[in-house]
Amino acid sequence: MRSDLSPAAELSPAPRRSGRLALPRADGREVAAIFVGGALGTLARAALAEAFPHSATSWPWPTFAVNIVAAFLLGYFVTRLQERLPLSSYRRPLLGTGLCGGLSTFSTMQVEIVKMLDAHAWGLAAGYAAASIAAGYAAIQLATAIVRRVRVRL
Amino acid sequence: MNVLVWAAVVVIGGAGSVLRFYADGLVSAAVGRDFPYGTMVINVSGAVILGLLSGLALTPSQSLLLGTAAIGSYTTFSTWMLETQRLTEERQHRKAVLNIVVSLALGVAAAALGRLIGMHL
Repeated sequence: MRSDLSPAAELSPAPRRSGRLALPRADGREVAAIFVGGALGTLARAALAEAFPHSATSWPWPTFAVNIVAAFLLGYFVTRLQERLPLSSYRRPLLGTGLCGGLSTFSTMQVEIVKMLDAHAWGLAAGYAAASIAAGYAAIQLATAIVRRVRVRL
Repeated sequence: MNVLVWAAVVVIGGAGSVLRFYADGLVSAAVGRDFPYGTMVINVSGAVILGLLSGLALTPSQSLLLGTAAIGSYTTFSTWMLETQRLTEERQHRKAVLNIVVSLALGVAAAALGRLIGMHL
């Protein structure tokens, strides 16, 4: 990333970039945790999608299920890690950004909705979008409330 | 689907998630974190690409690797919901509603546009 290879630049810490398009700073452990979590989440989602194929005009249970489960888990992990557990550098990347991010998907849901619209299944498309958002939001709310109600263990 | 394809699903899924992390960081660094623009940009850009892929005549393995694994792991539903719920908790109801409505409207439009392009390629 650094093009300045003068001795002075090597001795001093990397200058803070003023440019707006600098990559976020992340250590290798954090990126590795995201990779591992994302790999596992994606494997689970892909296996479900392959095991339960569905037509364009039927309810996409695999996508719906992984999205709602991932939302619940993300709400649980993030609230617990932020408000209950000591700071950890790899748990949130592993479980949140990686596992839940890889398990859930937005793009597949959008393409499923477009295919429903193509097939003139308007009610199904609207119902699927509304149910996903309502259940996903409720899952986050529920998981957050569960974590906050549990007493901090000493 | 052989073992090699599933091994590729694992690696691509990990890479897509790392790409999402960096893309979110880039967008947030450019436009700030007052609103979850990062997730929105990721999800809408992923929707247009997956729409395009859905319009092409891909083999089942290609569809699994490029669509389900790569773009599926790059985009995220759970973070979209978490950021919306946290905005509501902070009593930023207008932003929360916008995050839902704009993401969904742009997401469906992007997927439809991508699909249209894919079908004409």
